[in-house]
Amino acid sequence: MTSVSAIESRPATRPLPMVDWLLVLSLFAVGGALTRALLYTPADAALGAVQRIFYIHVPSAILGMYVACTIMAIGGGLYLWLKDDRLDRIAESAAEVGFVFLTVVLVTGAIWGKSSWGTAWAWEPRLMSALFLWFVVLSYLVLRDALENPEARARLSAVLGVLALLLVPFIHMTVYLFRGLHPEPIVLQPSKPAMSSEMLGTFGYAVLAFTLLFFALVRVRYQWATARDARLALEQA
Amino acid sequence: MTGPAIETGAPVRARATAEALPSVTVPSRAPSFLGDTWRIARKDLLIEFRTRSGFLSTAVFALIALAIFRFSWDPTAVNTLDLAPGVLWVIFTFAGLLGLNRSFGVEHADRALDALLASPVSREAIFAGKALGNLVFLLGVQALAIPTLGLFFGLPLGPEWLMVAAVAVLAAVGFVAVGTLFAAVASNTRLAEMLLPMLSLPFFMPVVIPAAQATARLLGDQPLSEAVPALKILALFDIVFVVACTLAFPFTLEE
Repeated sequence: MTSVSAIESRPATRPLPMVDWLLVLSLFAVGGALTRALLYTPADAALGAVQRIFYIHVPSAILGMYVACTIMAIGGGLYLWLKDDRLDRIAESAAEVGFVFLTVVLVTGAIWGKSSWGTAWAWEPRLMSALFLWFVVLSYLVLRDALENPEARARLSAVLGVLALLLVPFIHMTVYLFRGLHPEPIVLQPSKPAMSSEMLGTFGYAVLAFTLLFFALVRVRYQWATARDARLALEQA
Repeated sequence: MTGPAIETGAPVRARATAEALPSVTVPSRAPSFLGDTWRIARKDLLIEFRTRSGFLSTAVFALIALAIFRFSWDPTAVNTLDLAPGVLWVIFTFAGLLGLNRSFGVEHADRALDALLASPVSREAIFAGKALGNLVFLLGVQALAIPTLGLFFGLPLGPEWLMVAAVAVLAAVGFVAVGTLFAAVASNTRLAEMLLPMLSLPFFMPVVIPAAQATARLLGDQPLSEAVPALKILALFDIVFVVACTLAFPFTLEE
């Protein structure tokens, strides 16, 4: 606890708040979106109630696969250029929150697949892309964990983050090649169900709510990283 | 070269020592990128050739793994042609990782990396030299493993093996570029041997899967056009990652 009081004495670092207002707000928004999805939006006629998982799965995929990985790579690339610790903390926070969202994508996808495809895991291009991206982000986090020197940790993980962005198109190309050669007979290709306006409204609301949650979590994680680094700087001073 | 001179740490004495040694060749012209690359690759391969421990253990690993894979499958249930390409590329991946681990382990052993960084050689040339050394190492393992695969799996000999060799070279270039970079990254950690596979395997996926697919098409006597999409991915991967890893490598070294 001595370190916390030490941080408080520094004007540059504010103490971590007990309750993060943005996180609370985003949790209410997600709760609202899920309530609307479960109670006030009609279920899909063909897919049944399991279709409602779509309102968690797709927003998580957008945020985990595209937003988080892009922030991780661009934050890393800018860090290598500007050597600003804040950029490294942004990349770190986005990667960690993105990993949680990617895990949600894989788990909800498996639940939906078990019900709709009859199998929890099909070797389908999109699943493979998500899985390999999950592996890349996981290895990014493990690399950070394995490096003790903060400067080396920021620099080396930034290299991995930038290369990961180059890898993503190759993963896509490879998995589509894979399917092209091995047609999957059981695939009920989940072509976008023609959504009613109610569904579309709920979906838009869910995307907004989860985006808010994502950035609230990144913000909390960033503040924590700032406090950690400040504490480390004090301990070494 | 000037190895013993660098250890004394005094430039004046270093020059004197260098002049005193008859075998030292003082470069008469400015060091070039390709020349430096070649010298570093030659240094690594010379160490490898004199000890032979790395190559021997990797080659033995590849041969044992081929034998184990062959025995663990029921040949009446699975056609050897369906099995062989996957086996070959899984073995290359892990044999290659064994070789890559040594690449920077050698430099960290006596802090030889510091001397390498102090020498008037660009960081990019260090990377290219290391990658070239690893490429020769991996091609050596492949030269041994591909004929053994044909022998163990009873595959017919034919001109398609030349194309398989070309696929192997194409895949090895991308593999070695990414692998050398991550070997440098991982060598900064205490867990280098354990971390390298985890960092590099997701990046090897767009190398290993198209290479295995192309090998399967070629050995299955299918027209070459069947293998072209996979070869295109391999070639594009080589170009993008050779450039990207060469540019990224200086960031993996301490400033």
